[in-house]
Amino acid sequence: MRQVRRRQWRSRLMLAGASLCALLCAVPVMAVLLYVTIKGIGSVNWDFFTQIQKPVGEAGGGMKHALVGSLIVVGGASLVGLPVGLAGGIYLAEFGEGRFAAAVRFAADTINGVPSIVAGLVIWPLVVVPMRSFSAIAGSLALAIIMIPLVMRTTEEMLRLVPRSQRDAALAVGATRARTTLSVVLPAAVGGVVTGTLLALARIAGETAPLLFTCLGNQWFSLRLDHPIATLPVQIYTYAIAPFDDWHRQAWAGALVLVSGTLLVNVLARVATRRRHDFTR
Amino acid sequence: MRALHPGQPWPPTRTDRLFRMLIWSFAAGLLVLCALILWVLVSHSWPALQRFGPSFLWQTTWDPVAEQFGALPFIYGTLLTAAIALAVSVPLSLGAAIFLAELAPTWLRTPFSFVIELLAAIPSIIYGLWGLFVLVPLLKPVQAFLIEHCSWIPLFRGSPYGTGNLAAGLILAIMITPIITAISRDVILAVPRAIREAAYALGATRWETIRGPVLHYGRAGILGAVLLALGRALGETMAVTMVIGNSTKISASLFDPGYTMASLLANEFTEAVGETYVSVLLEIGLILFVLTIVVNALARLLLWKVTRDAGEAMKE
Repeated sequence: MRQVRRRQWRSRLMLAGASLCALLCAVPVMAVLLYVTIKGIGSVNWDFFTQIQKPVGEAGGGMKHALVGSLIVVGGASLVGLPVGLAGGIYLAEFGEGRFAAAVRFAADTINGVPSIVAGLVIWPLVVVPMRSFSAIAGSLALAIIMIPLVMRTTEEMLRLVPRSQRDAALAVGATRARTTLSVVLPAAVGGVVTGTLLALARIAGETAPLLFTCLGNQWFSLRLDHPIATLPVQIYTYAIAPFDDWHRQAWAGALVLVSGTLLVNVLARVATRRRHDFTR
Repeated sequence: MRALHPGQPWPPTRTDRLFRMLIWSFAAGLLVLCALILWVLVSHSWPALQRFGPSFLWQTTWDPVAEQFGALPFIYGTLLTAAIALAVSVPLSLGAAIFLAELAPTWLRTPFSFVIELLAAIPSIIYGLWGLFVLVPLLKPVQAFLIEHCSWIPLFRGSPYGTGNLAAGLILAIMITPIITAISRDVILAVPRAIREAAYALGATRWETIRGPVLHYGRAGILGAVLLALGRALGETMAVTMVIGNSTKISASLFDPGYTMASLLANEFTEAVGETYVSVLLEIGLILFVLTIVVNALARLLLWKVTRDAGEAMKE
Protein backbone atom coordinates (compact mmCIF):
# COMPACT_ATOMS: atom_id res chain seq x y z
CA MET A 1 0.00 0.00 0.00
CA ARG A 2 2.75 2.38 0.91
CA GLN A 3 4.47 1.67 -2.37
CA VAL A 4 1.32 2.46 -4.33
CA ARG A 5 0.96 5.72 -2.51
CA ARG A 6 4.57 6.56 -3.26
CA ARG A 7 4.09 5.83 -6.94
CA GLN A 8 1.03 8.02 -7.02
CA TRP A 9 2.90 10.89 -5.42
CA ARG A 10 5.69 10.39 -7.88
CA SER A 11 3.15 10.56 -10.71
CA ARG A 12 1.70 13.80 -9.36
CA LEU A 13 5.16 15.27 -8.92
CA MET A 14 6.26 14.45 -12.46
CA LEU A 15 3.05 15.77 -13.98
CA ALA A 16 3.43 18.96 -11.99
CA GLY A 17 6.94 19.11 -13.42
CA ALA A 18 5.53 18.82 -16.94
CA SER A 19 3.17 21.70 -16.25
CA LEU A 20 6.08 23.72 -14.95
CA CYS A 21 7.93 23.00 -18.21
CA ALA A 22 5.01 24.40 -20.18
CA LEU A 23 5.15 27.51 -18.04
CA LEU A 24 8.92 27.81 -18.47
CA CYS A 25 8.56 27.51 -22.25
CA ALA A 26 6.10 30.37 -22.23
CA VAL A 27 8.29 32.72 -20.17
CA PRO A 28 11.08 33.64 -22.64
CA VAL A 29 8.57 34.08 -25.40
CA MET A 30 6.44 36.42 -23.39
CA ALA A 31 9.63 38.21 -22.39
CA VAL A 32 10.61 38.69 -26.04
CA LEU A 33 7.22 40.07 -27.06
CA LEU A 34 6.94 42.23 -23.95
CA TYR A 35 10.41 43.71 -24.39
CA VAL A 36 9.90 44.48 -28.06
CA THR A 37 6.63 46.22 -27.23
CA ILE A 38 7.94 48.22 -24.29
CA LYS A 39 11.20 49.25 -25.91
CA GLY A 40 9.73 49.88 -29.32
CA ILE A 41 6.46 51.63 -28.58
CA GLY A 42 8.09 54.94 -27.62
CA SER A 43 9.94 55.23 -30.91
CA VAL A 44 7.22 54.23 -33.33
CA ASN A 45 5.99 57.66 -34.33
CA TRP A 46 5.21 59.67 -37.44
CA ASP A 47 8.92 60.28 -38.12
CA PHE A 48 9.58 56.56 -38.11
CA PHE A 49 7.38 56.10 -41.16
CA THR A 50 8.21 59.33 -43.01
CA GLN A 51 11.92 60.01 -42.43
CA ILE A 52 15.04 58.24 -43.59
CA GLN A 53 18.20 57.47 -41.64
CA LYS A 54 19.91 60.51 -40.12
CA PRO A 55 23.72 60.76 -40.04
CA VAL A 56 25.44 59.44 -36.91
CA GLY A 57 25.16 61.85 -34.01
CA GLU A 58 22.00 63.48 -35.24
CA ALA A 59 19.00 62.30 -33.24
CA GLY A 60 15.76 61.26 -34.90
CA GLY A 61 15.19 59.95 -38.36
CA GLY A 62 13.14 56.97 -39.40
CA MET A 63 12.94 53.88 -41.50
CA LYS A 64 10.85 55.00 -44.46
CA HIS A 65 13.58 53.85 -46.84
CA ALA A 66 13.70 50.41 -45.23
CA LEU A 67 9.91 49.98 -45.16
CA VAL A 68 9.57 50.93 -48.83
CA GLY A 69 12.60 48.79 -49.63
CA SER A 70 11.04 45.76 -47.93
CA LEU A 71 7.83 46.29 -49.91
CA ILE A 72 9.78 46.43 -53.17
CA VAL A 73 11.93 43.39 -52.45
CA VAL A 74 9.04 41.28 -51.13
CA GLY A 75 6.87 42.45 -54.04
CA GLY A 76 9.57 41.41 -56.49
CA ALA A 77 9.91 38.05 -54.78
CA SER A 78 6.17 37.41 -55.12
CA LEU A 79 6.23 38.30 -58.82
CA VAL A 80 8.52 35.32 -59.32
CA GLY A 81 7.52 33.14 -56.41
CA LEU A 82 3.73 33.28 -56.61
CA PRO A 83 3.18 32.01 -60.16
CA VAL A 84 5.73 29.23 -59.80
CA GLY A 85 4.51 28.25 -56.35
CA LEU A 86 0.82 28.33 -57.22
CA ALA A 87 1.17 26.50 -60.52
CA GLY A 88 3.45 23.89 -58.97
CA GLY A 89 1.02 23.44 -56.07
CA ILE A 90 -1.89 22.95 -58.48
CA TYR A 91 0.12 20.34 -60.34
CA LEU A 92 0.94 18.45 -57.14
CA ALA A 93 -2.66 18.50 -55.95
CA GLU A 94 -4.42 17.66 -59.22
CA PHE A 95 -1.92 15.50 -61.10
CA GLY A 96 0.46 14.68 -58.30
CA GLU A 97 0.64 10.92 -58.39
CA GLY A 98 3.75 9.03 -59.31
CA ARG A 99 7.46 9.44 -58.97
CA PHE A 100 7.90 12.87 -60.52
CA ALA A 101 5.48 14.48 -58.06
CA ALA A 102 7.08 12.64 -55.16
CA ALA A 103 10.45 14.00 -56.25
CA VAL A 104 9.04 17.54 -56.45
CA ARG A 105 7.53 17.21 -52.98
CA PHE A 106 10.80 15.93 -51.61
CA ALA A 107 12.69 18.79 -53.27
CA ALA A 108 10.24 21.33 -51.84
CA ASP A 109 10.63 19.96 -48.32
CA THR A 110 14.39 19.86 -48.77
CA ILE A 111 14.63 23.51 -49.82
CA ASN A 112 12.28 24.40 -46.96
CA GLY A 113 14.75 22.93 -44.51
CA VAL A 114 17.85 24.56 -45.98
CA PRO A 115 19.16 27.52 -43.96
CA SER A 116 17.92 30.74 -45.52
CA ILE A 117 21.41 32.18 -45.79
CA VAL A 118 22.16 29.58 -48.48
CA ALA A 119 19.60 31.31 -50.73
CA GLY A 120 21.72 34.46 -50.59
CA LEU A 121 24.85 32.41 -51.17
CA VAL A 122 23.39 30.95 -54.38
CA ILE A 123 22.09 34.25 -55.75
CA TRP A 124 25.39 36.06 -55.16
CA PRO A 125 27.42 34.38 -57.94
CA LEU A 126 24.36 34.15 -60.23
CA VAL A 127 23.08 37.72 -60.00
CA VAL A 128 25.27 40.00 -57.90
CA VAL A 129 28.57 39.14 -59.58
CA PRO A 130 27.35 39.47 -63.21
CA MET A 131 25.56 42.75 -62.38
CA ARG A 132 28.63 44.01 -60.53
CA SER A 133 26.38 45.43 -57.83
CA PHE A 134 24.22 44.39 -54.92
CA SER A 135 20.65 45.00 -55.94
CA ALA A 136 16.98 44.82 -55.04
CA ILE A 137 16.50 42.24 -57.80
CA ALA A 138 19.07 39.94 -56.25
CA GLY A 139 17.28 40.21 -52.90
CA SER A 140 13.93 39.44 -54.51
CA LEU A 141 15.31 36.35 -56.21
CA ALA A 142 16.87 35.10 -52.97
CA LEU A 143 13.54 35.50 -51.18
CA ALA A 144 11.76 33.82 -54.11
CA ILE A 145 13.89 30.71 -53.54
CA ILE A 146 12.50 30.55 -50.00
CA MET A 147 8.97 31.42 -51.05
CA ILE A 148 8.41 28.95 -53.91
CA PRO A 149 8.45 25.69 -51.92
CA LEU A 150 6.38 27.26 -49.12
CA VAL A 151 3.62 28.41 -51.48
CA MET A 152 3.76 25.17 -53.45
CA ARG A 153 3.17 22.96 -50.43
CA THR A 154 0.41 25.08 -48.84
CA THR A 155 -1.39 25.42 -52.18
CA GLU A 156 -1.28 21.66 -52.61
CA GLU A 157 -2.57 21.12 -49.09
CA MET A 158 -5.44 23.55 -49.52
CA LEU A 159 -6.52 22.14 -52.90
CA ARG A 160 -6.52 18.65 -51.45
CA LEU A 161 -9.14 19.77 -48.92
CA VAL A 162 -11.63 20.25 -51.76
CA PRO A 163 -13.78 17.11 -51.84
CA ARG A 164 -13.30 14.73 -54.74
CA SER A 165 -17.00 14.78 -55.45
CA GLN A 166 -16.76 18.37 -56.67
CA ARG A 167 -14.15 17.42 -59.25
CA ASP A 168 -16.18 14.40 -60.32
CA ALA A 169 -19.32 16.52 -60.64
CA ALA A 170 -17.53 19.03 -62.88
CA LEU A 171 -16.05 16.29 -65.06
CA ALA A 172 -19.43 14.56 -65.22
CA VAL A 173 -21.12 17.58 -66.78
CA GLY A 174 -18.41 17.64 -69.41
CA ALA A 175 -15.90 20.19 -68.14
CA THR A 176 -12.31 19.65 -69.22
CA ARG A 177 -9.76 18.97 -66.50
CA ALA A 178 -8.28 22.44 -66.93
CA ARG A 179 -11.73 24.00 -66.60
CA THR A 180 -12.45 21.84 -63.55
CA THR A 181 -9.25 22.89 -61.85
CA LEU A 182 -9.50 26.58 -62.63
CA SER A 183 -13.25 27.16 -62.24
CA VAL A 184 -14.28 24.62 -59.61
CA VAL A 185 -11.39 23.43 -57.46
CA LEU A 186 -9.43 26.69 -57.25
CA PRO A 187 -12.40 28.92 -56.32
CA ALA A 188 -13.44 26.40 -53.66
CA ALA A 189 -10.00 26.56 -52.05
CA VAL A 190 -9.22 30.21 -52.71
CA GLY A 191 -9.49 31.26 -49.05
CA GLY A 192 -6.95 28.72 -47.94
CA VAL A 193 -4.62 29.45 -50.83
CA VAL A 194 -4.69 33.19 -50.12
CA THR A 195 -3.97 32.72 -46.43
CA GLY A 196 -1.17 30.29 -47.24
CA THR A 197 0.31 32.88 -49.56
CA LEU A 198 -0.01 35.60 -46.94
CA LEU A 199 1.80 33.38 -44.43
CA ALA A 200 4.61 32.86 -46.93
CA LEU A 201 4.83 36.62 -47.50
CA ALA A 202 4.98 37.26 -43.76
CA ARG A 203 7.74 34.71 -43.49
CA ILE A 204 9.96 36.17 -46.22
CA ALA A 205 9.32 39.75 -45.09
CA GLY A 206 11.11 38.86 -41.84
CA GLU A 207 14.10 37.16 -43.47
CA THR A 208 17.43 38.88 -42.90
CA ALA A 209 20.19 36.43 -43.74
CA PRO A 210 19.51 35.98 -47.48
CA LEU A 211 19.44 39.76 -47.96
CA LEU A 212 22.82 40.48 -46.34
CA PHE A 213 24.78 39.90 -49.51
CA THR A 214 22.09 40.38 -52.12
CA CYS A 215 20.37 43.68 -51.20
CA LEU A 216 23.17 44.70 -48.85
CA GLY A 217 21.35 47.75 -47.43
CA ASN A 218 21.32 51.45 -48.16
CA GLN A 219 21.09 54.48 -45.94
CA TRP A 220 19.28 56.50 -48.60
CA PHE A 221 15.83 56.23 -50.04
CA SER A 222 16.01 54.22 -53.26
CA LEU A 223 13.46 52.87 -55.70
CA ARG A 224 15.97 51.47 -58.17
CA LEU A 225 15.89 47.74 -58.70
CA ASP A 226 19.51 47.49 -59.81
CA HIS A 227 20.96 49.26 -56.78
CA PRO A 228 21.48 48.24 -53.17
CA ILE A 229 18.32 48.81 -51.17
CA ALA A 230 17.48 49.00 -47.48
CA THR A 231 15.05 46.47 -46.00
CA LEU A 232 13.43 46.45 -42.58
CA PRO A 233 15.14 43.32 -41.14
CA VAL A 234 18.61 44.24 -42.41
CA GLN A 235 18.16 47.81 -41.14
CA ILE A 236 17.23 46.45 -37.69
CA TYR A 237 20.41 44.35 -37.77
CA THR A 238 22.59 47.28 -38.85
CA TYR A 239 21.16 49.50 -36.12
CA ALA A 240 21.37 46.79 -33.45
CA ILE A 241 25.08 46.02 -33.89
CA ALA A 242 26.08 49.69 -34.14
CA PRO A 243 27.34 51.34 -30.94
CA PHE A 244 24.84 54.22 -30.86
CA ASP A 245 21.96 54.41 -28.39
CA ASP A 246 19.75 56.32 -30.76
CA TRP A 247 20.17 53.60 -33.37
CA HIS A 248 19.30 50.92 -30.81
CA ARG A 249 16.08 52.81 -30.11
CA GLN A 250 15.29 52.72 -33.82
CA ALA A 251 16.11 49.00 -33.98
CA TRP A 252 13.53 48.27 -31.28
CA ALA A 253 10.97 50.39 -33.09
CA GLY A 254 11.65 48.51 -36.32
CA ALA A 255 11.40 45.22 -34.45
CA LEU A 256 8.01 46.21 -33.05
CA VAL A 257 6.70 47.08 -36.50
CA LEU A 258 8.05 43.84 -37.96
CA VAL A 259 6.69 41.64 -35.16
CA SER A 260 3.27 43.28 -35.19
CA GLY A 261 2.99 42.85 -38.95
CA THR A 262 4.11 39.21 -38.87
CA LEU A 263 1.92 38.22 -35.95
CA LEU A 264 -1.11 40.08 -37.31
CA VAL A 265 -0.91 38.20 -40.61
CA ASN A 266 -0.40 34.91 -38.78
CA VAL A 267 -3.32 35.38 -36.40
CA LEU A 268 -5.66 36.44 -39.19
CA ALA A 269 -4.54 33.59 -41.41
CA ARG A 270 -4.99 30.98 -38.72
CA VAL A 271 -8.43 32.23 -37.72
CA ALA A 272 -9.45 32.30 -41.39
CA THR A 273 -8.16 28.81 -42.24
CA ARG A 274 -9.77 27.33 -39.14
CA ARG A 275 -13.15 28.51 -40.35
CA ARG A 276 -12.29 27.22 -43.80
CA HIS A 277 -11.40 23.76 -42.51
CA ASP A 278 -14.70 23.41 -40.69
CA PHE A 279 -16.55 24.48 -43.79
CA THR A 280 -14.96 21.91 -46.08
CA ARG A 281 -15.42 19.16 -43.58
CA MET B 1 -9.83 7.77 -78.30
CA ARG B 2 -8.23 6.35 -75.19
CA ALA B 3 -10.01 3.93 -72.90
CA LEU B 4 -11.74 5.36 -69.84
CA HIS B 5 -10.48 4.32 -66.46
CA PRO B 6 -11.30 5.42 -62.91
CA GLY B 7 -8.57 8.02 -62.42
CA GLN B 8 -9.37 9.75 -65.71
CA PRO B 9 -13.09 9.80 -66.38
CA TRP B 10 -12.69 12.05 -69.41
CA PRO B 11 -10.01 11.70 -72.07
CA PRO B 12 -7.80 14.80 -71.84
CA THR B 13 -8.45 17.36 -74.55
CA ARG B 14 -5.76 19.44 -76.23
CA THR B 15 -6.37 22.31 -73.76
CA ASP B 16 -6.01 19.83 -70.94
CA ARG B 17 -2.70 18.61 -72.21
CA LEU B 18 -1.46 22.15 -72.70
CA PHE B 19 -2.63 23.14 -69.21
CA ARG B 20 -1.06 20.10 -67.66
CA MET B 21 2.21 20.67 -69.47
CA LEU B 22 2.26 24.31 -68.38
CA ILE B 23 1.84 23.63 -64.67
CA TRP B 24 4.11 20.59 -64.97
CA SER B 25 6.88 22.90 -66.12
CA PHE B 26 6.47 25.06 -63.00
CA ALA B 27 6.62 22.00 -60.76
CA ALA B 28 9.68 20.84 -62.66
CA GLY B 29 11.12 24.32 -62.07
CA LEU B 30 11.48 23.41 -58.43
CA LEU B 31 13.61 20.38 -59.28
CA VAL B 32 15.72 22.62 -61.52
CA LEU B 33 16.06 25.08 -58.63
CA CYS B 34 17.22 22.31 -56.34
CA ALA B 35 19.81 21.19 -58.86
CA LEU B 36 20.86 24.80 -59.44
CA ILE B 37 21.53 25.36 -55.73
CA LEU B 38 23.69 22.27 -55.57
CA TRP B 39 25.51 23.11 -58.80
CA VAL B 40 26.27 26.71 -57.75
CA LEU B 41 27.56 25.61 -54.36
CA VAL B 42 29.73 22.82 -55.75
CA SER B 43 31.09 24.66 -58.79
CA HIS B 44 31.98 27.79 -56.87
CA SER B 45 33.59 25.98 -53.99
CA TRP B 46 35.53 23.78 -56.43
CA PRO B 47 38.78 25.79 -56.19
CA ALA B 48 38.73 25.44 -52.41
CA LEU B 49 37.79 21.77 -52.57
CA GLN B 50 40.75 21.11 -54.85
CA ARG B 51 43.24 23.20 -52.96
CA PHE B 52 42.51 22.08 -49.40
CA GLY B 53 40.94 18.67 -49.93
CA PRO B 54 39.22 16.86 -47.09
CA SER B 55 41.70 18.18 -44.50
CA PHE B 56 39.73 21.44 -44.70
CA LEU B 57 37.28 19.76 -42.34
CA TRP B 58 39.75 19.32 -39.49
CA GLN B 59 42.16 22.22 -39.94
CA THR B 60 41.79 24.80 -37.19
CA THR B 61 43.60 27.84 -38.57
CA TRP B 62 41.48 30.62 -40.04
CA ASP B 63 43.70 33.30 -41.49
CA PRO B 64 42.28 34.93 -44.64
CA VAL B 65 45.35 37.17 -45.03
CA ALA B 66 47.74 34.21 -45.20
CA GLU B 67 45.11 32.24 -47.14
CA GLN B 68 45.08 29.49 -44.51
CA PHE B 69 41.65 28.10 -44.01
CA GLY B 70 40.20 25.37 -41.78
CA ALA B 71 36.55 24.74 -41.10
CA LEU B 72 36.82 22.96 -37.76
CA PRO B 73 36.18 25.98 -35.48
CA PHE B 74 32.93 26.66 -37.30
CA ILE B 75 31.78 23.06 -37.50
CA TYR B 76 32.59 22.75 -33.80
CA GLY B 77 30.73 25.96 -32.94
CA THR B 78 27.71 24.92 -34.99
CA LEU B 79 27.52 21.52 -33.32
CA LEU B 80 28.23 22.88 -29.83
CA THR B 81 25.55 25.59 -29.93
CA ALA B 82 23.03 23.14 -31.39
CA ALA B 83 23.89 20.63 -28.64
CA ILE B 84 23.38 23.27 -25.93
CA ALA B 85 20.08 24.21 -27.52
CA LEU B 86 18.87 20.60 -27.62
CA ALA B 87 20.04 19.89 -24.06
CA VAL B 88 18.01 22.82 -22.76
CA SER B 89 15.06 22.59 -25.08
CA VAL B 90 14.28 18.87 -25.37
CA PRO B 91 13.31 18.20 -21.71
CA LEU B 92 11.38 21.45 -21.46
CA SER B 93 9.51 20.97 -24.74
CA LEU B 94 8.72 17.34 -23.96
CA GLY B 95 7.32 18.41 -20.60
CA ALA B 96 5.28 21.11 -22.28
CA ALA B 97 4.05 18.66 -24.93
CA ILE B 98 2.98 16.19 -22.22
CA PHE B 99 1.18 19.00 -20.44
CA LEU B 100 -0.62 20.09 -23.62
CA ALA B 101 -1.58 16.60 -24.72
CA GLU B 102 -2.41 14.94 -21.41
CA LEU B 103 -3.08 17.48 -18.70
CA ALA B 104 -4.27 20.79 -20.06
CA PRO B 105 -7.99 21.43 -19.88
CA THR B 106 -9.50 22.05 -23.32
CA TRP B 107 -10.08 25.76 -22.73
CA LEU B 108 -6.33 26.16 -22.12
CA ARG B 109 -5.09 23.74 -24.75
CA THR B 110 -6.32 25.62 -27.81
CA PRO B 111 -4.98 29.09 -26.95
CA PHE B 112 -1.70 27.66 -25.64
CA SER B 113 -1.16 25.63 -28.80
CA PHE B 114 -2.13 28.66 -30.86
CA VAL B 115 0.49 30.81 -29.15
CA ILE B 116 3.16 28.12 -29.54
CA GLU B 117 2.51 27.91 -33.26
CA LEU B 118 2.68 31.69 -33.57
CA LEU B 119 6.09 31.71 -31.96
CA ALA B 120 7.61 29.79 -34.81
CA ALA B 121 6.59 32.72 -37.03
CA ILE B 122 8.60 35.40 -35.19
CA PRO B 123 11.57 36.42 -37.40
CA SER B 124 14.97 35.39 -36.12
CA ILE B 125 16.29 38.95 -36.16
CA ILE B 126 13.82 39.71 -33.33
CA TYR B 127 15.25 36.90 -31.19
CA GLY B 128 18.72 38.19 -31.99
CA LEU B 129 17.86 41.70 -30.92
CA TRP B 130 16.36 40.44 -27.68
CA GLY B 131 19.33 38.16 -27.08
CA LEU B 132 21.83 40.97 -27.62
CA PHE B 133 20.16 43.56 -25.40
CA VAL B 134 18.38 41.45 -22.78
CA LEU B 135 19.79 37.93 -22.53
CA VAL B 136 23.48 38.83 -22.78
CA PRO B 137 23.44 41.44 -19.97
CA LEU B 138 21.41 38.96 -17.91
CA LEU B 139 24.00 36.21 -18.40
CA LYS B 140 26.99 38.31 -17.31
CA PRO B 141 26.45 38.14 -13.51
CA VAL B 142 25.47 34.45 -13.74
CA GLN B 143 28.68 33.68 -15.61
CA ALA B 144 30.78 35.73 -13.19
CA PHE B 145 29.31 33.72 -10.32
CA LEU B 146 29.93 30.37 -12.00
CA ILE B 147 33.48 31.30 -13.00
CA GLU B 148 34.26 32.27 -9.42
CA HIS B 149 32.81 29.18 -7.78
CA CYS B 150 32.82 26.37 -10.32
CA SER B 151 35.86 27.05 -12.51
CA TRP B 152 37.21 23.56 -11.73
CA ILE B 153 34.74 22.39 -14.40
CA PRO B 154 36.26 23.28 -17.79
CA LEU B 155 32.81 24.24 -19.07
CA PHE B 156 32.72 27.22 -16.75
CA ARG B 157 36.05 28.88 -17.45
CA GLY B 158 36.81 32.09 -19.28
CA SER B 159 35.55 35.61 -18.91
CA PRO B 160 32.00 36.75 -18.21
CA TYR B 161 31.42 38.56 -21.53
CA GLY B 162 27.81 37.49 -21.74
CA THR B 163 28.18 36.83 -25.47
CA GLY B 164 29.46 33.40 -26.47
CA ASN B 165 28.49 29.78 -27.00
CA LEU B 166 26.08 29.71 -24.07
CA ALA B 167 24.14 32.80 -25.16
CA ALA B 168 23.88 31.41 -28.70
CA GLY B 169 22.75 28.00 -27.43
CA LEU B 170 20.11 29.54 -25.18
CA ILE B 171 18.69 31.75 -27.93
CA LEU B 172 18.54 28.71 -30.21
CA ALA B 173 16.80 26.76 -27.44
CA ILE B 174 14.10 29.44 -27.24
CA MET B 175 13.71 29.36 -31.01
CA ILE B 176 13.40 25.58 -31.41
CA THR B 177 11.18 24.94 -28.39
CA PRO B 178 7.93 25.69 -30.27
CA ILE B 179 8.91 23.22 -33.02
CA ILE B 180 9.57 20.30 -30.68
CA THR B 181 6.57 21.11 -28.49
CA ALA B 182 4.06 21.38 -31.31
CA ILE B 183 5.12 18.19 -33.13
CA SER B 184 5.58 16.11 -29.96
CA ARG B 185 2.14 17.18 -28.78
CA ASP B 186 0.63 15.88 -32.02
CA VAL B 187 2.62 12.67 -31.70
CA ILE B 188 1.46 12.08 -28.12
CA LEU B 189 -2.14 12.88 -29.03
CA ALA B 190 -1.93 10.30 -31.82
CA VAL B 191 -1.08 7.44 -29.43
CA PRO B 192 -4.09 5.08 -29.46
CA ARG B 193 -6.32 5.09 -26.41
CA ALA B 194 -6.06 1.33 -26.10
CA ILE B 195 -2.37 1.60 -25.24
CA ARG B 196 -3.09 3.94 -22.34
CA GLU B 197 -5.95 1.82 -21.10
CA ALA B 198 -3.85 -1.32 -21.22
CA ALA B 199 -1.27 0.37 -18.98
CA TYR B 200 -3.92 1.66 -16.57
CA ALA B 201 -5.43 -1.83 -16.41
CA LEU B 202 -2.06 -3.17 -15.30
CA GLY B 203 -2.10 -0.68 -12.46
CA ALA B 204 0.27 1.92 -13.84
CA THR B 205 -0.07 5.46 -12.58
CA ARG B 206 -0.67 8.31 -14.98
CA TRP B 207 3.01 9.25 -15.12
CA GLU B 208 4.12 5.64 -15.53
CA THR B 209 1.71 5.30 -18.44
CA ILE B 210 3.11 8.39 -20.15
CA ARG B 211 6.74 7.63 -19.49
CA GLY B 212 6.50 4.01 -20.51
CA PRO B 213 4.04 3.05 -23.24
CA VAL B 214 2.99 6.49 -24.50
CA LEU B 215 6.48 7.92 -25.05
CA HIS B 216 7.70 4.55 -26.27
CA TYR B 217 4.92 4.37 -28.85
CA GLY B 218 5.67 7.92 -30.00
CA ARG B 219 9.47 7.69 -29.88
CA ALA B 220 9.99 7.81 -33.65
CA GLY B 221 7.82 10.88 -34.01
CA ILE B 222 9.46 12.65 -31.10
CA LEU B 223 12.91 11.87 -32.49
CA GLY B 224 11.71 13.28 -35.80
CA ALA B 225 10.62 16.48 -34.05
CA VAL B 226 14.00 16.78 -32.34
CA LEU B 227 15.85 16.26 -35.63
CA LEU B 228 13.70 18.85 -37.37
CA ALA B 229 14.56 21.30 -34.59
CA LEU B 230 18.22 20.34 -34.88
CA GLY B 231 18.13 21.16 -38.58
CA ARG B 232 16.75 24.56 -37.75
CA ALA B 233 19.35 25.15 -35.02
CA LEU B 234 22.27 24.18 -37.27
CA GLY B 235 21.32 26.71 -39.93
CA GLU B 236 20.02 29.57 -37.80
CA THR B 237 21.95 32.67 -38.76
CA MET B 238 20.93 36.06 -37.46
CA ALA B 239 20.10 35.35 -33.82
CA VAL B 240 23.34 33.40 -33.40
CA THR B 241 25.48 35.93 -35.23
CA MET B 242 24.35 38.66 -32.87
CA VAL B 243 25.22 36.89 -29.62
CA ILE B 244 28.00 34.35 -30.25
CA GLY B 245 30.90 36.77 -30.08
CA ASN B 246 32.72 35.69 -33.26
CA SER B 247 35.96 34.01 -32.31
CA THR B 248 37.73 31.42 -34.43
CA LYS B 249 39.34 29.77 -31.38
CA ILE B 250 38.02 26.38 -30.35
CA SER B 251 37.21 26.37 -26.67
CA ALA B 252 35.55 23.87 -24.37
CA SER B 253 34.15 26.65 -22.21
CA LEU B 254 30.50 27.56 -22.58
CA PHE B 255 31.31 31.19 -21.87
CA ASP B 256 33.96 31.76 -24.51
CA PRO B 257 33.01 33.40 -27.76
CA GLY B 258 32.72 31.06 -30.75
CA TYR B 259 31.58 31.01 -34.34
CA THR B 260 29.12 28.96 -36.37
CA MET B 261 29.18 28.23 -40.09
CA ALA B 262 26.10 30.35 -40.72
CA SER B 263 27.35 33.31 -38.69
CA LEU B 264 30.74 33.15 -40.44
CA LEU B 265 28.95 33.53 -43.77
CA ALA B 266 26.82 36.38 -42.45
CA ASN B 267 29.85 38.25 -41.15
CA GLU B 268 32.57 37.65 -43.70
CA PHE B 269 30.95 37.03 -47.06
CA THR B 270 30.50 40.67 -48.08
CA GLU B 271 34.07 41.42 -47.08
CA ALA B 272 35.69 38.43 -48.74
CA VAL B 273 38.27 39.36 -51.37
CA GLY B 274 40.07 37.02 -53.71
CA GLU B 275 38.89 33.87 -55.40
CA THR B 276 40.17 31.48 -52.72
CA TYR B 277 38.51 33.30 -49.83
CA VAL B 278 35.11 33.46 -51.59
CA SER B 279 35.39 29.87 -52.67
CA VAL B 280 36.25 28.74 -49.13
CA LEU B 281 33.18 30.53 -47.79
CA LEU B 282 31.03 28.84 -50.43
CA GLU B 283 32.50 25.50 -49.37
CA ILE B 284 31.41 26.30 -45.80
CA GLY B 285 27.96 26.98 -47.26
CA LEU B 286 28.09 23.63 -49.05
CA ILE B 287 28.97 21.80 -45.82
CA LEU B 288 26.08 23.54 -44.05
CA PHE B 289 23.74 22.68 -46.94
CA VAL B 290 24.66 19.00 -46.93
CA LEU B 291 24.50 18.75 -43.13
CA THR B 292 21.04 20.31 -42.86
CA ILE B 293 19.71 18.25 -45.77
CA VAL B 294 20.82 15.00 -44.14
CA VAL B 295 19.31 15.96 -40.77
CA ASN B 296 16.07 17.14 -42.37
CA ALA B 297 15.73 14.08 -44.57
CA LEU B 298 16.11 11.83 -41.52
CA ALA B 299 13.52 13.89 -39.64
CA ARG B 300 11.03 13.76 -42.51
CA LEU B 301 11.56 10.04 -42.94
CA LEU B 302 10.76 9.43 -39.27
CA LEU B 303 7.74 11.75 -39.25
CA TRP B 304 6.45 10.33 -42.53
CA LYS B 305 6.59 6.82 -41.11
CA VAL B 306 4.68 7.99 -38.05
CA THR B 307 1.84 9.53 -40.06
CA ARG B 308 1.72 6.45 -42.30
CA ASP B 309 1.52 4.12 -39.30
CA ALA B 310 -1.12 6.31 -37.69
CA GLY B 311 -3.15 6.17 -40.91
CA GLU B 312 -2.90 2.38 -41.00
CA ALA B 313 -3.81 2.07 -37.34
CA MET B 314 -6.94 4.11 -38.00
CA LYS B 315 -7.96 1.86 -40.86
CA GLU B 316 -7.72 -1.14 -38.57
